[in-house]
Amino acid sequence: MKRSMSTRLKIISAMQQIAVEQKVTLPPLDDDLSLHETGFDSLGFAILVARLEDELGVDPFTISEDAAFPLTIGDFIKAYENVPA
Amino acid sequence: MKMSPREAFALRDYLGADLKGRTISDARQVVSLTDILGETCLADRLGELSGRSVLLAVADQLISGIVMTELDGVARRMLLCPPDLNADYLQALMEGAGIDAVVTDHPARWADAGTELIVTAGAPGRAAGKAQTERATEWLMLTSGTSGVPKIVSHTLEGLTGAIVADSPARSGPAVWATFYDIRRYGGLQIFLRAIVGGGSMVLSEPGEPLADYIARLRAAGVSQISGTPSHWRKLLMSGSVAGFSPRYVRLSGEIADQAVLDGLSRAFPAASIGHAYASTEAGVGFAVNDGLEGFPATMIGDNRGGVEMKVEDGSLRIRSTRTARAYVGPNAAALADAEGFVDTGDMVELRGNRYHFVGRRGGIINIGGLKVHPEEIEAVINRHAEVSMSRAKSRRSPITGAIVVADVILAEGSDSSRSGEIREQILADCRASLPSYKVPAVIRFVRALDITAAGKLARHDA
Repeated sequence: MKRSMSTRLKIISAMQQIAVEQKVTLPPLDDDLSLHETGFDSLGFAILVARLEDELGVDPFTISEDAAFPLTIGDFIKAYENVPA
Repeated sequence: MKMSPREAFALRDYLGADLKGRTISDARQVVSLTDILGETCLADRLGELSGRSVLLAVADQLISGIVMTELDGVARRMLLCPPDLNADYLQALMEGAGIDAVVTDHPARWADAGTELIVTAGAPGRAAGKAQTERATEWLMLTSGTSGVPKIVSHTLEGLTGAIVADSPARSGPAVWATFYDIRRYGGLQIFLRAIVGGGSMVLSEPGEPLADYIARLRAAGVSQISGTPSHWRKLLMSGSVAGFSPRYVRLSGEIADQAVLDGLSRAFPAASIGHAYASTEAGVGFAVNDGLEGFPATMIGDNRGGVEMKVEDGSLRIRSTRTARAYVGPNAAALADAEGFVDTGDMVELRGNRYHFVGRRGGIINIGGLKVHPEEIEAVINRHAEVSMSRAKSRRSPITGAIVVADVILAEGSDSSRSGEIREQILADCRASLPSYKVPAVIRFVRALDITAAGKLARHDA
């Protein structure tokens, strides 16, 4: 439980950082918000996934080749939480 | 020393005893050049090498340099081997160049190689007779590409020295030359030839020597002219070893000289003439830029300046001059120049205002979701930050865009590492202000060191 909380916080914090850099105004990051509605473009998500790989030591979208890229914030966070430690 | 153009000239013509006090030195010895024509490193076996195609496989850089002055005008061709040459490539290179004699300071290594003639090179000793120039020797050099068998490139002494008269610095006493390069590479050979042809002295680099010791030698020898790659110079500026060293002529070549390194050198050597030269093993010496700014004036394109003509085609710089190499050598050797005699340098340039700027190598492009990025243009922006001494941009795979740009950065000495977060933000802000978003590094890592290749260039493993 502790690990998943910190993973969630790290992801949210990284998104907020990138939003500032990319001059994107984020809506409230509820679990059912679609990734499309965050205002991030594909470059924004590429930066997010790279930084999270450095911070969390894992890139769930490269590990599993057939994993569909998530559609919502909740699914995105789950993809990180579900990776075996 | 004027000669008619039809008369073969050779390096020995510039080594008369009339100029006193000339030397060539490394970290271990100082050899007088004044009386060098009466000496030989080949134990009086130079005559056996007459008309031969000689592999110059001498590990010792100083002896190698003296042997060059002996072989020039005697051998049919000589192939210069840089010290880091991969031995696996020797066989192919020797076949490609039609080598029938080897000059080496390690004859035991060649005992079983089946080469017709092995001549041992060693410390200079008194020669029995004076060598005579018999022909114009072909100078063969190797390209410095990082993968596969290097290409063999053929030059003439006339072409190699073509920029020297045109570009020599103001005469204010005998010049003492030095270079971070090995003299078996194009950039280093240019400096060696300047020392020989210009009547000066030469201080050689020494593999593995600490930078501070090297600089101490340069100071002690009174080095006045020195060249290296921007990576060499950044390393020197980082080392804090420049105090007390005051060359009057500082040159950069071999990589893109960005504004940050030019400004850094101007601060370190306020009294020096600081310039960057464009040269490559294939294209020869193109031009020098001495106005302290990166890039070069657009007016240099098109005109024939001092025998050099340049054009930009498909974004890359093309050069036609008498200083370019003559040809690639070997079986299936590609054409070196196009039908009009222009050599494609593979260096990509971009016109900004009235100046062309180098943006990177054609082969080094990173593809970000279909958009093309040169790592060098990102490094140039990062390097502008006052607390950055050096950086390397590179590609990192991404499951979203295929690749993204990331950067490794070395902070300047004295930078407070607790401020690295703040510095990272400033670098990213600089990048966002001057680059489109896909060129802004997604991740910036602070590192202690970046690899430099044996040729003195920033290692780009992913390029």
